[in-house]
Amino acid sequence: MADAIPTPAVEAVSHGGPLLRIEQVVKRFGNVAAVDGLSLDIKAGEFFALLGPSGCGKTTLLRMLAGFEAPDAGRILLDGVDIAPMLPHQRPVNMMFQSYALFPHLSVAGNIAFGLKRAGMPRREIGQRVAEMVALVRLEGLETRKPDQLSGGQRQRVALARALARRPRVLLLDEPLGALDRKLRESTQRELLDLQRRLGLTFVVVTHDQDEAMTMADRIGVMNAGRLEQVATPRHLYEEPVSRWIAGFVGDVNMFDGKVARRDGGRFAVAVPGVGLLNATPPRDPAGVEAVSVAIRPEKVRLSRRPPVADVADASINRLEGVVRDIGYLGGASLYTVALDGDAATLRASVANTARLDADAFPVGQRIAAWFSADDCVVLER
Amino acid sequence: MSARRIFTRPARLAAIAPYVWMALFFLVPFAFVVKISLSQAAIAQPPYMPVVMLADGWRGLVAAFGALSLDNFRLLASDDLYLLAGLRSLTVAATATALLLLIGYPVAYAMARLPRRWQPVAMTLVIVPFWTSFLIRVYAWINILQHDGLLNKILLALHVVSAPVVWLATDRAMYLGLVYSYLPFMILPLYATLARLDPALLEAAGDLGSSPRQAFWLVTVPLSLPGIGAGVLLCFIPIVGEFVIPDLLAGSDSMMVGQALWLEFFTNRDWPVASATAVLLLAILLLPLLVYDRFQRRQMRRS
Repeated sequence: MADAIPTPAVEAVSHGGPLLRIEQVVKRFGNVAAVDGLSLDIKAGEFFALLGPSGCGKTTLLRMLAGFEAPDAGRILLDGVDIAPMLPHQRPVNMMFQSYALFPHLSVAGNIAFGLKRAGMPRREIGQRVAEMVALVRLEGLETRKPDQLSGGQRQRVALARALARRPRVLLLDEPLGALDRKLRESTQRELLDLQRRLGLTFVVVTHDQDEAMTMADRIGVMNAGRLEQVATPRHLYEEPVSRWIAGFVGDVNMFDGKVARRDGGRFAVAVPGVGLLNATPPRDPAGVEAVSVAIRPEKVRLSRRPPVADVADASINRLEGVVRDIGYLGGASLYTVALDGDAATLRASVANTARLDADAFPVGQRIAAWFSADDCVVLER
Repeated sequence: MSARRIFTRPARLAAIAPYVWMALFFLVPFAFVVKISLSQAAIAQPPYMPVVMLADGWRGLVAAFGALSLDNFRLLASDDLYLLAGLRSLTVAATATALLLLIGYPVAYAMARLPRRWQPVAMTLVIVPFWTSFLIRVYAWINILQHDGLLNKILLALHVVSAPVVWLATDRAMYLGLVYSYLPFMILPLYATLARLDPALLEAAGDLGSSPRQAFWLVTVPLSLPGIGAGVLLCFIPIVGEFVIPDLLAGSDSMMVGQALWLEFFTNRDWPVASATAVLLLAILLLPLLVYDRFQRRQMRRS
């Protein structure tokens, strides 16, 4: 395998800027702005994921990078050169299509060689490069097969090999694993990541699957309604969301709407109607805003039959009491829904199932104490 | 079990139906034609002999079949007229089919590229002329093409020509008529394959370095080959046997097989030679028909 690696496509970027710079790009379809003044820098060698719900404009953005759509405004700089006016076949980027878009009349080798022939590569080199690519995606022995004689996973590999064959400056991937079943998706994720690291390539992946983005990407750009809501590493995105929308979109979250009662440096006390005062020391301060939400992830909430033995006045802990209303068994963890006293709110808590016979499991109707650290809370503008 | 029986029987009958149809309306009549082609012309009713009369019994039947001969086919082979008619049929059909492909492909391509909601409208526009009788439409062309017809009037009015041009009774007029009449048979199968072409394939071709022109030749054309094949054969086969259009629009100095057949049958009242000509026509068409059949089978296997 190791000797099949082509030479890295990414040379050092001489001007020191980002490999790909998207500047104030706008794309309208009729009256709707699919991409609305979006700016983004992508570094060489980065695995960047564009994540968002369907219709958020992520695919339109990717198609503008490939050249299938022309931006109405803004610039797309690759190595400092504006590629926005270039046609797809003039750009040093390649795309792996969601449907794979393999040429049905060409064999596996024919598909992979297609782009090389267009580049005017000598015959001998084409043969070598095709063999190299076939080995890279482990399709040896299938070179003469037609796409309709391949399985879904094999087709996905052909699509990848075809897109990589030209050694693009940036590889664009549109829902690369969307058509694969779950098991195959997980192994393919690892392979894709491994490939990207070994070849030192720059990947821009569009996906609606947050797990996929979280596992693979160095950075994730979350899009909503044509704009980037947040660009961050997976950890930052999850632990320090910048908005209610992001907190709700990425992973599960409990959200308590209230008003700021006290602000003391980085420490907050938020008055939540029907629940009481919640303490929070969030990573980001929504300065000047009084109407806020306190967000806490379910796995950061702990449950027990009796409240923890601690100073009641301890401002670093939030404690709430209620009754277990529903249990969702998920295998590795169980998701408890707790109806808080006063019936003003519910709280979801994810508890790891650490033993086969879990003595600490709580039945429905069990009176329960829930607590979480102020450090784990995020305060967001409402 | 019983339910299966109830459903299987009509299904089997339905499967046999096309063969019954073929036997009744093609094989049996064609056997008659072959038999007549081996008979001799006679001034009688029917105008050939021997006549097979079941009333004559076995002996009569043996005598009748014993009197059959290949004389008519020898005549066809000895007279240049039929050979030339056959050759002309093939060249006319080939030329007309080439013209049809040249005109039909861009039309079908444009149709497939129309916004989805306009495509049925375009399709209807292609089919609508078929709602009028074919003969009437050919006569309308005679009207347009004649000496003081619409075409010459327009050309004179626009000062494109200074004197009326002879259109009618030329090969030009015949090709015009053929292309006009057969165009839907070329457009519809082409449109069917082009409309099914995944646009992502053209994007992929562009992404991999093909200019739009290269993408057309490397992706669109190869993938529309099934449509091209179907359209070419759907036009070529009937044009070889075409009679009305060459008879009404072309000059009288050369004949196609269909015209030769008509002449023998109606003018000469020589049923046996006419039948032999019909057998010859079928023989000419056998090769393209076999190609078409093979091609259809391959398509069926594919899908």
